[in-house]
Amino acid sequence: MSVGTIWVLAEVAEGGVASITHEMLAKARQLSDDVVAVFGGDGASIAEEVGAHGAGSVLATGDLGGALPGPSIAGAMAAAIAGGAAPKAIMVGTTYGGRDVAGRLSVKLDAPVITNIVDLADEGGLVGTEPIFGGASNVKTKFTSDKPGIFLIRPKSFEAEATGGGAAAVSALDVPDLGATGTAVVTNSFVEASEGPKLDEAAVVVSGGRGLGESDKFELIEGLAAKLGAAPGASRAIVDAGWVPYSYQVGQTGKVVKPDVYIAAGISGATQHLVGMKGSKTIIAINKDAEAPIFGVADLGIVGDVHKVLPQLLEALNARG
Amino acid sequence: MVEFHTSLAWEIGHKRRKLTAMKVAVCVKQIPDPADPGALDEATKCLKRDTKLILDESDSYGVEMALQLVDAAGGGEVVLISMAPNSEVNGLRTALAMGADQAILVSDDALAGSDALGTAKVLAAAIQRAEPDLVLAATESSDGYTGTVPEQIAELMGLPSVTFAKSIVAADGTVNVQRQTEAGYDDVTCPLPCLVSVTAGVVEPRYPSFKGIMAAKSKPVDEVTIADLGIDAGSVGWAGAGQEIVAVEEAPAREAGEIIEDEGEAYQRIVSFLDELKVI
Ligand SMILES: Cc1cc2nc3c(=O)[nH]c(=O)nc-3n(C[C@H](O)[C@H](O)[C@H](O)COP(=O)(O)OP(=O)(O)OC[C@H]3O[C@@H](n4cnc5c(N)ncnc54)[C@H](O)[C@@H]3O)c2cc1C
Ligand SMILES: Nc1ncnc2c1ncn2[C@@H]1O[C@H](COP(=O)(O)O)[C@@H](O)[C@H]1O
Repeated sequence: MSVGTIWVLAEVAEGGVASITHEMLAKARQLSDDVVAVFGGDGASIAEEVGAHGAGSVLATGDLGGALPGPSIAGAMAAAIAGGAAPKAIMVGTTYGGRDVAGRLSVKLDAPVITNIVDLADEGGLVGTEPIFGGASNVKTKFTSDKPGIFLIRPKSFEAEATGGGAAAVSALDVPDLGATGTAVVTNSFVEASEGPKLDEAAVVVSGGRGLGESDKFELIEGLAAKLGAAPGASRAIVDAGWVPYSYQVGQTGKVVKPDVYIAAGISGATQHLVGMKGSKTIIAINKDAEAPIFGVADLGIVGDVHKVLPQLLEALNARG
Repeated sequence: MVEFHTSLAWEIGHKRRKLTAMKVAVCVKQIPDPADPGALDEATKCLKRDTKLILDESDSYGVEMALQLVDAAGGGEVVLISMAPNSEVNGLRTALAMGADQAILVSDDALAGSDALGTAKVLAAAIQRAEPDLVLAATESSDGYTGTVPEQIAELMGLPSVTFAKSIVAADGTVNVQRQTEAGYDDVTCPLPCLVSVTAGVVEPRYPSFKGIMAAKSKPVDEVTIADLGIDAGSVGWAGAGQEIVAVEEAPAREAGEIIEDEGEAYQRIVSFLDELKVI
């Protein structure tokens, strides 16, 4: 069964193709036998990897010369569509670059974007599923026009899957003149140092929230994470407070994580936090308030003080060697 | 054949002001209090908006940033732009009390049901009236969180943009922005006029002072309709929304877990639990 051509915005992370791209390719492959990766860069550099994950071809703009990629990619997609390309759906990841592409493209096509999608199904037309109220309900939405459907997909919604396909055939996607809209330029990139497993890939995540009381107490989280070979994470409250960098944030505006075990310490469990971690296999929560919403999703809930429980836990784990 | 939306060309002859006077337009959304759990209206499948609306906290960062940029430029103006039902000004007053100079409010029954693109069309037309050097918005609203409105506004206005700003400095007709990335941040340079969307943490919003609250009461709020903006009712609201909700379903709930009150020994249960899970 095929719904027609699906374009998947391909992005790279740390040299390789980003996991969100792999995830979207896997879903696109289930829905369509014509899956095209669209890339703002050198197509040859990703052809093999996206081919192995289900893309039959790559449309690539070539090097963008430091321009912020959103306007170029959206401009090139719109120009191709004006020139006759007719993707049924365009899947774009909810990433920094992805949202720019979706927003610009939406205006160029005068077509809406369906956002925060965690599932996509063919029900006589593509229907996207968006979780609301922290995942308590799901809203299903479809487009009402024949224009290409732009879907912004949340990371970790689909299982990446290698199909064993060969390198995808690359063809050029021309970037039209963008006028003023193409004038934002990246002059420098900074990478924040991080050790241990990556937050969105770790099998175990230990996250801390405002219940830790003060910045220095994040040590408790780092200590436990190190002991368990886990990635440390955080609620937005303590990211905004400047205790830890933004890259630690789990939730709607942060990372989506699906580890085997998620430990939430001093986190209330606001809906915006829950949407980022509710998919974890097992959840352990420590909070001194028995009414905290985090207990609603916890497999093991400890009603207690993090300043007592965490040091005891760490000591016990250390004693085991 | 795809129809291209005619971009509202940035007004020809828009003179780039010297940065000694910077005019900043800030999009501020007025939303139901997020502390209220909220509910969907059965009939319309939209979030109910029948209570008094407040300033979206996410936009308080944009307001503060605008005030600081105007201050650093040695003068100028902060104009708030909002689209809200029922002539709502409660959230605007909060932002005016922080120090913004004036507001443009678009309120029109025809706007009920607008999707992000419809909203962006309305906001872009309203911003156009203010002829700002810089447009600020939040990366995403607290209630709608599509996160696409700012970039849609930029495209409609034919402006460059930088999303996810964690710091902004304006000088000599350009902005230098630290833009959040997956791994850290990028330095991005962009000529004015442009749009920048800000993250929480770009600046610390001030609390309105008593004096500010009093002053806000007499600051101008220009309320306009879509007709005033030259927008066709068919392109916004329910009529213009190109998407339709087909179902709202309860998500399967997680099974209730084991809850224990810590009496000094609870850590042992975590250890045994981690053991069962073979994490240790
Ligand atoms: C648009 C938008 C997007 C957002 N995105 C995110 C997001 O991506 N991620 C995110 O996390 N949040 C997000 N939020 C914020 C979210 O709504 C909450 O404000 C935030 O998650 C709260 O963080 P917290 O649980 O650390 O703090 P709080 O809600 O203040 O909770 C602290 C908890 O610690 C407990 N506690 C206090 N002392 C102790 C102690 N000694 N021992 C044990 N427990 C203790 C308290 O009982 C309380 O439950 C977003 C909000 C908005 C509006
Ligand atoms: N109705 C509105 N009035 C004013 N600004 C808005 C409105 N809707 C969205 N915005 C702006 O666009 C940002 C992103 O909104 P959204 O795309 O809905 O997540 C918001 O944080 C506001 O800055």
